[in-house]
Amino acid sequence: MKILVCISSVPDTTSKISFEENDTKFSKAGIQYIIGPYDDYALARGVELRESLGGTLTVLNVGLADAEPQIRKALAIGADDAVRIDAEPTDSFFVASEIANYAKDKGFDLILMGRETTDYNSGVVHGIVGELLGLPSFSPVMELKLEGNTATLAREIEGGKEKLEASLPLVLGCQEPIAEWKIPNMRGIMSARTKPLAVLAPSSAALTNIDKYELPAPKGACKMISADDAGALIKLLQTEAKVL
Amino acid sequence: MSVLVYTELADGQFKKSSLEAIFYGSKVAAQVGGSMTVLAIGSASDDELSKAGYFGATKVLHANAQNLASENIMAYSKVLSETAKSVSAKVVISAKSSLADAVMARAVGALKAGLVGNVVELPDTSNGFKVKRSIFTGKAFAETSITSDVKFIAIKKNVLPLEETSNSATVEKLSVDTGSLTESSKVLETIKATGTVSLPEADLVVSGGRGMKGPEHWQPLLDLAEALGAATACSKPVSDLDWRPHHEHVGQTGVKVAPNLYIACGISGAIQHLAGVNSSKVIVVINKDPEAPFFKAADYGIVGDVFDVLPKLTAAVKAL
Ligand SMILES: Cc1cc2nc3c(=O)[nH]c(=O)nc-3n(C[C@H](O)[C@H](O)[C@H](O)COP(=O)(O)OP(=O)(O)OC[C@H]3O[C@@H](n4cnc5c(N)ncnc54)[C@H](O)[C@@H]3O)c2cc1C
Repeated sequence: MKILVCISSVPDTTSKISFEENDTKFSKAGIQYIIGPYDDYALARGVELRESLGGTLTVLNVGLADAEPQIRKALAIGADDAVRIDAEPTDSFFVASEIANYAKDKGFDLILMGRETTDYNSGVVHGIVGELLGLPSFSPVMELKLEGNTATLAREIEGGKEKLEASLPLVLGCQEPIAEWKIPNMRGIMSARTKPLAVLAPSSAALTNIDKYELPAPKGACKMISADDAGALIKLLQTEAKVL
Repeated sequence: MSVLVYTELADGQFKKSSLEAIFYGSKVAAQVGGSMTVLAIGSASDDELSKAGYFGATKVLHANAQNLASENIMAYSKVLSETAKSVSAKVVISAKSSLADAVMARAVGALKAGLVGNVVELPDTSNGFKVKRSIFTGKAFAETSITSDVKFIAIKKNVLPLEETSNSATVEKLSVDTGSLTESSKVLETIKATGTVSLPEADLVVSGGRGMKGPEHWQPLLDLAEALGAATACSKPVSDLDWRPHHEHVGQTGVKVAPNLYIACGISGAIQHLAGVNSSKVIVVINKDPEAPFFKAADYGIVGDVFDVLPKLTAAVKAL
């Protein structure tokens, strides 16, 4: 089994977002970066499959050198080797082209990643990679089992899920509960230091560009209603907020 | 500049979010001085499809082959990219959904196009093509230029208030070469809650957190949802504990909702939860702890026990 897991490096989910240089740049000061939470699920399932079926698991990140702690963490969790495409991941098509360019002649059976990143939330990289490589893609995948060359998976649909069967190779955008997030152990952390991490130059260009950032307007005060008179809320929702 | 709107059908009808996309598309077409085509895949009557006209469409292309009956990502995206080519679309629009993400993505790959998701306003076409989108799961916005020849945008719910006309659209059958849509997968089973309001589409949502104490205590929440005609949702620990099904989980790592009204019952308001609900127009929080962080993000709040408050709300709704 040859598995590729693509990870993003994103601000911790509790981060306070701010901008600099006249709101044209995301402010990285004081931000703690993590493996994208959805990518982390993909990684966890990839590691489980690698452990039970053998083979290799490569982790890939399109990102700058500041993503290396997250890549090392993925190695500590169980990836065998890593690749970093040295570029700011600013655009879905760009990131997907880089992944596809890297993967095209490597014969991966499975290419896993999160259903979306938690910074720009576009949720399309898996599908673009699938199309560029001419492989089927599915997302959001919440269960994945393999038997020989056949994958059984569950894709979340509105109000439920759809179970399907497809042949490898596949590209999958993953979400919980495909696996539980894994925490690296001491041995993993030690061995991650010496695992290979190749840095490659990008070969494509972005098709979108962020000109300016903006924060939402601050929320007004919360109107409190006494619990004894809870029913009064419904009248307010109808006549004041006009949502009923 | 030709505009193509990719729509989704549910039970033979346009999803509300797709009607929003049609309306949005008609505004974009008017703005750039082009025509708009609507693409609908799956089964629906011509009568239903002609309703796209109420929201500004003049022409609907309908693809309804045997292998398009169930949500087939590969086949749908092939139909979308082929149609985009045949109508020379320069702007392709859809409402964001998990299926639309997967389908639009492959079409983006096929057409080598730039895509911007979670768009919250009409584009600015005065100088290039710029759209404002929500980023960091609702924590900020970014004005983004799309520089490719063909531009894809996926819009958020409630971007424009819908305006209805009495015009109807003409419906044309789209003949698709189903032979080329290779069967890359086989559906084994579809498990779907019936008779409930779809959460991503819902205008009203009642959501429960760990403060609901356990799955056996959900009835008061379900009663309020039913009285309102609302969808039900939950926090992540609630779906992790299997108190509620996974597709109800909202938040940064769950469904992102943007209803007119979101009622949070016994949810503390962790930042990851807020990320999935902060686009709601009005937020109501019911929590017994006056210090619960959710009150800071709320429009209306009740400090109290959910099991005392919920039945009172249900009674008040029934009395409307
Ligand atoms: C990477 C990451 C991603 C995450 N993604 C998500 C996500 O997508 N969605 C999400 O929801 N969470 C997410 N979380 C978890 C999040 O941090 C919180 O742990 C979670 O939202 C808390 O859920 P809760 O509010 O139901 O439970 P708690 O935080 O336990 O809150 C329960 C609340 O109920 C109140 N309460 C108790 N009893 C009553 C009563 N009888 N009447 C009224 N009120 C009562 C309490 O005062 C309390 O405020 C994520 C966490 C991480 C680390």
